[in-house]
Amino acid sequence: MMKASTSGRFGELRPIQKIVIYVLLYGGVLLFAFPLFWMLSTSLKTIGEIHRVPMTWIPSEIQWSNYKQIFIDAPLARFLWNSMWYSAVTVAAVVFTSSMAAFAFARLRARGSLLLFGLVLSTMMIPSQVTLIPQYLLFTKLGWTGTYLPLVIPAFTASAFTIFLMRQFYLGISKELDEAVKIDGGSHFTMYFRIMIPLSMPAFATAAILELISRWNDLFGPLIYLDDMTKYPISLGLANFTAAYGATPWHLLMAASLIAILPLLILFFFAQKYFIQGIVISGSKG
Amino acid sequence: MRKLSLAMKREERSFWVFIAPWFIGFICFTGGPILASLLLSFTEYNVISSPKFAGISNYSTLFGDRLFYKSLSVTLYYSVMAVPFTVVTSLIIATLLNNKIKGQSLLRTLYYAPSIISGVAVSFLWSWLLNPQFGVVNSVLYDWFGIQGPGWFTSPDTVVPSMVLMQLTASGSTMVIFLAALQSLPKDLYEAASLEGASAFVKFRKITVPLISPVILFNTIISMIGSLQIFTEAYVITKGGPDWNSYFYVYYLFDTAFKQFRMGYASAQAWILFLLIFALTLVSLWGSKKFVHYEYDSK
Repeated sequence: MMKASTSGRFGELRPIQKIVIYVLLYGGVLLFAFPLFWMLSTSLKTIGEIHRVPMTWIPSEIQWSNYKQIFIDAPLARFLWNSMWYSAVTVAAVVFTSSMAAFAFARLRARGSLLLFGLVLSTMMIPSQVTLIPQYLLFTKLGWTGTYLPLVIPAFTASAFTIFLMRQFYLGISKELDEAVKIDGGSHFTMYFRIMIPLSMPAFATAAILELISRWNDLFGPLIYLDDMTKYPISLGLANFTAAYGATPWHLLMAASLIAILPLLILFFFAQKYFIQGIVISGSKG
Repeated sequence: MRKLSLAMKREERSFWVFIAPWFIGFICFTGGPILASLLLSFTEYNVISSPKFAGISNYSTLFGDRLFYKSLSVTLYYSVMAVPFTVVTSLIIATLLNNKIKGQSLLRTLYYAPSIISGVAVSFLWSWLLNPQFGVVNSVLYDWFGIQGPGWFTSPDTVVPSMVLMQLTASGSTMVIFLAALQSLPKDLYEAASLEGASAFVKFRKITVPLISPVILFNTIISMIGSLQIFTEAYVITKGGPDWNSYFYVYYLFDTAFKQFRMGYASAQAWILFLLIFALTLVSLWGSKKFVHYEYDSK
């Protein structure tokens, strides 16, 4: 900023160009943020006010009681708790087992390791619908449907995408540290637990967040395997929220939707660095 | 064959221990099911009685199934609109963000944030925004411009375009990938072009687009694969309607497998989808050869 040259990435901008860019970007942000604002605004109105003509931008009287109402009308606390433990267990399982495989692919020499890594990559390209039906039949045979087992157990067998992401990270860690462990007579387990895990916390955080977003938002898996409402995660619970009403109570539905996404928004607020990092790493193979 | 040294044997054993969870999962939940799915697609199986070999009858029935063509055409229609929409809007935002502007990282965060929330909550949100009677969009259209807004999700003609419009706030991750690519471009080319008096648009067309063409291709393919698998939005907002006009491919597959329990037929549908995705990916890779430049390596 102190330099004499003021040229940006695309060279000098004329004032008029600068104004246009600012207007477009800040205007665009308003457009992007508006849906969330509208969700909040609707959630704090009365049923009468949401149907009022002309419409109001801001609730004339803030209805916090809507938020009490939704927890009475539906077991939202239960749904949230289900989503939380389910996400926590699966994210931890996927990230840990994937990092083990990633460590092996990045650091350990073995016959066929390249071929196996190729297999990891190729499974990323297969749409989940192909494996869906045999998996469902397998879990039905095992008597697991109606429980969380079909959703949780596969998480303990790593995910191809997370292996890829963590391997990229491990390749960037200096090998000198491995050598030091070897000279000290340490095993590969020492190397993994003492060197790799402590050094790869940012990669763990990034991978965990990406996995968490997809688990939290996933509807398809719970829809297929769970039938008892008390077991629903928030995605499926919210999808069925309106079933108990005659006409859609939009103010309550928006309040419930906001509650459903609030944990992700709070997490994003504290860990946005890892969110964006994860996207960049996953895109860098392009 | 040479005998492996003790250290190498130990290393190989460790390798297998470390990849064991993935490998077991690969056999049980990926590799095995792929084979099973292929076999099932040649059978008739309703879960209760045992599978009956049916030859290629699932596939031949599928190619005469009007609902199959309907769901396929609705899905392709969605994909053809959603992919360019997502790629172009996110590239425009990323390009604008890549200028020297105040609050760049804050803006990047704000543009990205809406995309982390997807699925059910966002589907309800858009269904409310675009509600024909009381939605904010139609209210604004009527109050400010006197225009009677369309039926959006409730009208056969506008249901798919409405689903495309929904993707506007979901394109955050595509935008972040573009921005990362733009930030790694060499500055000197732009400076040289500026000296020769090239306009911002010319620089974008002649320098930026060719240099980031591999990233454009990557984002196009990822977005295409995702768009062909669209399900949640239709399940939550329209239940496939009105009049089957948002009955997407995966929705049909879901109904075949988990409402009608025709597992063989659904497996055939899954394989057709897989082949379609595979073919379209190959076509994109092949067709883009002329336009994609790999000589500049951004890594």
